[in-house]
Amino acid sequence: MKYIEEFQDPALARRLLDDIHATVTRPWALMEVCGGQTHTIIRHGIDQLLPELVELIHGPGCPVCVTPLEVIDKALEIASRPDVIFCSFGDMLRVPGTGRDLFQVRSEGGDVRVVYSPLDALRIAQENPKHQVVFFGIGFETTAPPNAMTVHQAKKLGIPNFSLLVSHVRVPPAIEAIMQSPSCRVQGFLAAGHVCSVMGVREYPELAARHRVPIVVTGFEPLDILEGVRRAVRQLERGEHTVDNAYARAVRPEGNPAALAMLEDVFEVTDRAWRGIGVIPDSGWRLSERYRDFDAEHRFSVTGINTREPAECRSGEVLQGLLKPHECEAFGTLCTPRSPLGATMVSSEGACAAYYLYRRLELGTVPAAATAPTAASAPLEASPVV
Amino acid sequence: MCLAVPGRVLDIGEKDGTRMATVDFGGVQKEVCLEYLPDLQVGEYAIVHVGFALQRLDEESAKQTLELFAQLGMLQEEFGDPWEQAAAAGGDPWPFADDPGPEPEPTPVLAAPQEEVQP
Repeated sequence: MKYIEEFQDPALARRLLDDIHATVTRPWALMEVCGGQTHTIIRHGIDQLLPELVELIHGPGCPVCVTPLEVIDKALEIASRPDVIFCSFGDMLRVPGTGRDLFQVRSEGGDVRVVYSPLDALRIAQENPKHQVVFFGIGFETTAPPNAMTVHQAKKLGIPNFSLLVSHVRVPPAIEAIMQSPSCRVQGFLAAGHVCSVMGVREYPELAARHRVPIVVTGFEPLDILEGVRRAVRQLERGEHTVDNAYARAVRPEGNPAALAMLEDVFEVTDRAWRGIGVIPDSGWRLSERYRDFDAEHRFSVTGINTREPAECRSGEVLQGLLKPHECEAFGTLCTPRSPLGATMVSSEGACAAYYLYRRLELGTVPAAATAPTAASAPLEASPVV
Repeated sequence: MCLAVPGRVLDIGEKDGTRMATVDFGGVQKEVCLEYLPDLQVGEYAIVHVGFALQRLDEESAKQTLELFAQLGMLQEEFGDPWEQAAAAGGDPWPFADDPGPEPEPTPVLAAPQEEVQP
């Protein structure tokens, strides 16, 4: 259990919480889209500091978690080849494919390397012209532009031994799919701040209006989350459903125009499967025709790998906010970080990993001292955070 | 991986026709591509994700975030040895129902950002 005194600015956290407590009159369910936000929420016990009427539902915003099993299997197949240097971000190493992971491939002799940036993989390709160098291109709109630039550079510099295994996903179609689900309980969204740093907010007004849900662009720090919740609850109580930017220090409404232009050049929108959820229309990117030569799936003929996901992993329900991690029968028994059934347990941004790491067995035990509104508190009309 | 970290530009150069910078993240320095923020200057702060500067950030916000990330051990997660982290993945045995024990407190390995003199 965390206490409000552990916040970076406890006085401000108290004021934000008091305002939320003073505002809410009815039950509301908000979804935080980003896995980084989920970890902040669980780590600081923010869900337990909020009024009981405000429920936070964990969204699908962990790129590692939503990468389909068959893409992991394709990565493992490519990484096992003797002429391949397979480059990845570190958080993919322990994500289970069918029977093994990249960590094991390396222990079996595969040349798997972890890079900080996709440009590092390109440098490795330049230094190893006799090897095929493949970069594992996963991630949301924040990660896609760096990978796009890397493919663009490979083409510009004429580096033939570099390719990208692409599994990029887009947030707005996921929000659309969540809202269309008959079992959807989400009434408002805390949108992922760094996705919006790239994309801006242009995709959200139509979503907010059509589904009548407030969408508040929110950062990752504890106070950012509280401010996002405060603004979303205020809208809901007033019957409003607009897009609000609570992370203005890092998000311009227009996003990053140079990154958007590169995305449009290198990638094109495609349907994509999400692990545990299934195919969501227009929810991903693939390399555009001009860059198709750099597609590792075709270069290594792994397009035929189709893997069925195990039924005992219920991460799909966790990713859609239909199940809390600790409500899964396998949580902590069949499924642990050392022996995960699904990526949500092993990713540093996975919801199951957050519940395991912070030992969250049950919800609802709230320290009274941390939640009681103070008499001296006053409602906040202006945002103190941005 | 999803998280982006604020950093301060130390110097700017060019590599393979691309604008690159050395960026300091609370003591760790990395090479960062500036193609998406082409007017970023030495001394300024930006949010950096997987080696790319994505959005300018004011100095105060950047320093606060870096300090928080250092306290939470997130800089170590971002810049530490990924093989060691992958090998250590697994945590303690479960369940903790009878004895929840203390919450895990990450050790801040990297120093919080120091006050710096502007150029």
